[in-house]
Amino acid sequence: MNNSPFVDFQDVWLAYNDELLALKQYAVEAIDLKVQEGEFIAIVGPSGCGKSTFMKLATGLRMPSQGSIRIDGQPVTGPLKISGMAFQAPSLLPWRTTVDNVLLPLEIVEPHRSQLKQKRQEYEARARGLLQKVGLGGYEDKFPWQLSGGMQQRASICRALIHEPKMLLLDEPFGALDAFTREELWCILRDLWTEQRFNVILVTHDLRESVFLADTVYVMSKSPGRFVVRRQIDLPRPRDLEITYTKEFTDIVHELRGHIGAIRKQSAPVAQ
Amino acid sequence: MNKKQLEKFSPWILLVVVIALWQLVCSAFNVSEFVFPSPARIWEQMIEFRGVIAAHAWRTYWVTMAGFGLAIIVGVMLGFLIGSSRLAYTAVYPLMTAFNALPKAAFVPILVVWFGIGIGPAILTAFLISFFPIMVNIATGLATLEPELEDVLRVLGAKRWDVLIKVGLPRSMPYFYGSLKVAITLAFVGTTVSEMTAANEGIGYLLISAGSAMQMGLAFAGLVVVGAMAMVMYELFSYIEKNTTAWAHRNSSSH
Repeated sequence: MNNSPFVDFQDVWLAYNDELLALKQYAVEAIDLKVQEGEFIAIVGPSGCGKSTFMKLATGLRMPSQGSIRIDGQPVTGPLKISGMAFQAPSLLPWRTTVDNVLLPLEIVEPHRSQLKQKRQEYEARARGLLQKVGLGGYEDKFPWQLSGGMQQRASICRALIHEPKMLLLDEPFGALDAFTREELWCILRDLWTEQRFNVILVTHDLRESVFLADTVYVMSKSPGRFVVRRQIDLPRPRDLEITYTKEFTDIVHELRGHIGAIRKQSAPVAQ
Repeated sequence: MNKKQLEKFSPWILLVVVIALWQLVCSAFNVSEFVFPSPARIWEQMIEFRGVIAAHAWRTYWVTMAGFGLAIIVGVMLGFLIGSSRLAYTAVYPLMTAFNALPKAAFVPILVVWFGIGIGPAILTAFLISFFPIMVNIATGLATLEPELEDVLRVLGAKRWDVLIKVGLPRSMPYFYGSLKVAITLAFVGTTVSEMTAANEGIGYLLISAGSAMQMGLAFAGLVVVGAMAMVMYELFSYIEKNTTAWAHRNSSSH
């Protein structure tokens, strides 16, 4: 293994179209980021600060206007098949059962796509195993609309992981869930990550969530969308939910809250 | 009878009430059968001419189904095209809307010049009048994809085609079946209108010839038969819709 970072953003700028580029209005600017293999990072910031834009860059769905992005040692030139994504809306297909929803990526991504016919049983067993791991045992053959919101989100995460991606991108995945379900899913994500050690980029506006889960938290500012703070979270692993009630934990959350507050003050002085 | 049963049988009850009222009015005011035949008279005529009516009805039925089949093929293909490409949508849609605004009965004389009297104009009129809702519904189903879901798939290297086949088409199926119900009734309208001027067979022809012979009972019987055929086909597609795309009609309170 070499020491080069797994995700490497070098001075990345993105304007959404040519007109905005001419006006020098960037959605994100001067992003420098180095993520080690297997690292769990979280990006927090006020809404509309370009977190989702950052996700599109990291998956290759968008190309930067300036700067370069290398992932896994390769320059990014198009959608990266080594990644899986999940969003706030589970967006499962209502005409497929839960297990068939989870299998969807394997019908698309190579090499699984061409092997699907022969290996159908193996893949299905893998999907069922994954669903059981996130606590959806017994619900595999139900339709998504028969599941609760939290269950749907678990299935959505399984769908993002079924092709064993090296990188998992989560865009506010727990944003629409109630507090208890959310904490439950934190633990599920923590366990999956501990077991498989894929890279995670978690975009969220829940500071407790970011501190509980991530190795490193980046705070993003709003227009311009920049990374303003990088905070290493040195809390020992494995972390238990209990840790969220310790002083060390709340101190870090407090500190981050301070940064966010400062950003909000800068960008909206009138509102204060 | 409880409320649920009442709801279930309400169309039949209403039908019986309407027929009874109709009969009552005709008998009470002694309306001439050459002006407005009573249900009893229509029934009499229907029995008397059952062979003739059945032959004409069969003709109208298969001609309608042929035109409707054509409408499904063309409607699905056009809908797929304009739903999957923004350029095609922008280019085709205004023209299609203008075309749809034209009264299809106006095409019949032109079709007669091209294809002569007979099944040609009838099939094509049924087709012209019924492909539009199918096309629009397929296109709508395809064009209203969630962008997030598209991102999830595109990141895996999905081509546009994959997204359309795996997500777009199944998604548009409820719209499709919904449009079939509308289109089949329109197709019957198309066939009947065309047969009235451009055929020597079919319910449309029967209506005109019965009318000109002052056989009003027979003419009304023809109308009843077209209505019944359209209703049966509507219910058939409604049944297929409910049983193939149950996920779109779920009675669940969550989401």
